[in-house]
Amino acid sequence: MTLVEFLQQLINGLSLGSVYALIALGYTMVYGIIGLINFAHCDIYMVGAYIGFFVSTDLHLPFVPTLIVAMLGSAIAGVLVERFAYKPLLRKASSISLLITAMGVSLLLENGFNAVFGGSPRSYPHNILTQKSISLGPVRTDSLHLIILLTSVVLMVLLQIVIYKTKIGKAMRATSADKDAAALMGINVNATISATFAIGSALAGAAGVLVGILYNSIDPYMGIQPGIKAFTAAVFGGIGMIPGAFLGGLILGVIETFVTAWYSPLSGAIGFIVLIVILIIKPSGLLGKKVSEKV
Amino acid sequence: MTAYGKKLAIFLAASVALFAVLSALMFQGLIDAYLQRILMTICINVILALSTNLIINFTGQLTLGHSAFMAIGAYAAAAIFKVGVPFFLSIVLGSIVAAIFGFLIGLPTLRLKGDYLAITTMGFCQIIVVLIQNISQLGGAQGMTGIPGKTNFAWVFFSMIFTILILSHVVKSRQGRAMISVREDEIAAEAMGINTTRYKVMAFTLGAFFAGLAGGLYAFLMMFIEPTSFNYFKSIDLVIYVVLGGSGNFAGCIASTTILTILPEALRPLNDYRMVIYPLLLIVIMILRVKNIRIPWLSDFFSRFRKGGDKNAAA
Repeated sequence: MTLVEFLQQLINGLSLGSVYALIALGYTMVYGIIGLINFAHCDIYMVGAYIGFFVSTDLHLPFVPTLIVAMLGSAIAGVLVERFAYKPLLRKASSISLLITAMGVSLLLENGFNAVFGGSPRSYPHNILTQKSISLGPVRTDSLHLIILLTSVVLMVLLQIVIYKTKIGKAMRATSADKDAAALMGINVNATISATFAIGSALAGAAGVLVGILYNSIDPYMGIQPGIKAFTAAVFGGIGMIPGAFLGGLILGVIETFVTAWYSPLSGAIGFIVLIVILIIKPSGLLGKKVSEKV
Repeated sequence: MTAYGKKLAIFLAASVALFAVLSALMFQGLIDAYLQRILMTICINVILALSTNLIINFTGQLTLGHSAFMAIGAYAAAAIFKVGVPFFLSIVLGSIVAAIFGFLIGLPTLRLKGDYLAITTMGFCQIIVVLIQNISQLGGAQGMTGIPGKTNFAWVFFSMIFTILILSHVVKSRQGRAMISVREDEIAAEAMGINTTRYKVMAFTLGAFFAGLAGGLYAFLMMFIEPTSFNYFKSIDLVIYVVLGGSGNFAGCIASTTILTILPEALRPLNDYRMVIYPLLLIVIMILRVKNIRIPWLSDFFSRFRKGGDKNAAA
């Protein structure tokens, strides 16, 4: 592989990885705050892609407004799921019941969209973002990959600002550190949990629109594969750690792109192989802290 | 006769009687081919659910990749049969291959806990599905054909009875108590001198053996196997059977597996909406369970199993 090819693959890998990172953030934030693997998260990504599709096709909105509407719509969807399915179980049921409920919500969204909108793939309008090939010196790439990378970076910077500079971000950090102590300090824990779902879902919705435009095909089951990979990325980076999700997503995207270029049948399994190797060497993930157990 | 011997004799007599009644009904044509197939699927799912039950409910290790062992058992049994080994022996060998894989996968992964274990087992499941897809001798992604329909009702029914007997003895044995202690408190168990990794791997290997058995029976029932039918959705189905059945409970597990195997079939007239109603029911059941609102007949049905023979002793 020449250096130019390497750089081209690296850009593709980073843009794929930034999509994984956007989805992984939602998994890791929800896990950090209520300790739930939110299986329905990958379907919120699918919901975001569908909202973006309808907005751009029927209302002919350009790219940025489409993205914003899709993010708002998926945030609402995420909060609805949290309110109706998870909230009745929080603190009362075992974590495995919550997990099963999440699986149920995931199946419900997938099969519900399949029943209502049909299973055939749909494609975004061609004029929403024009695909141009761009040369950076000898490295040729296309504009879509760069726009995806750029949008993801902007969203992640925004997320950092929300988490470290705003009041709601502070409340989220406090709730994830200690729910009861946070409640005693006057933090509205329920509202904070909802806000976490809203922010995570908005990021997943943005990822859905970006992928919908890149691959030009959306269907009700589109979330499953990226969902598994994004969750892998979150665990890989150390679940519950927001920088871990960034890093895990990017690394996973790059590894997957290179391995697929080298030997394509492995693409479905490579994420897991990496994950298993990492977990066996360092069981708490890349950035995870080792928590000592007390009796 | 000891109390234990009596219980065993009653159980065996009841299962033989149930088998006789069901076969008589089949012979008379009162149970048609469609219902027969559902009954056999129930038996296979019960074997799977009970083997998952040992790992999730008795040993407390959340696995999301149990269907991988079913896949290994199914493919191994079918491949061994094609070499010329008799049906029964190939199913047994298939289960042993699955158990070996269970041991090899369990050894490194069971050091992990909770959600990390869940995702890693899910990962192994996916890796095994992808591996089978890439082995052209096993039919690859198109699946394996040309498997004779050797599985009949007697095979699945008595395999199920065998599974129930073995696993119910395992959980009452010294090893079974060690597994339960791992579930209750791993650190305390270790402090009492229990080698927790050893018992976790033991539960995993045993679970893999029975999942392999179910896989072998499934292969010779369906006469066609493809890798994607063993992906992690199948594992999630197994977790759902086990969790709805109640913790560490054989009868509840069998009842919930039976109901949840019939339910999608019963909802078939709803066509596309069938797969919408099923998860909706699942969510509603989970919420109702927490709120202690129970569907009267269903809760009677389950609580009868849950309290079992100790009803009088407790009162």
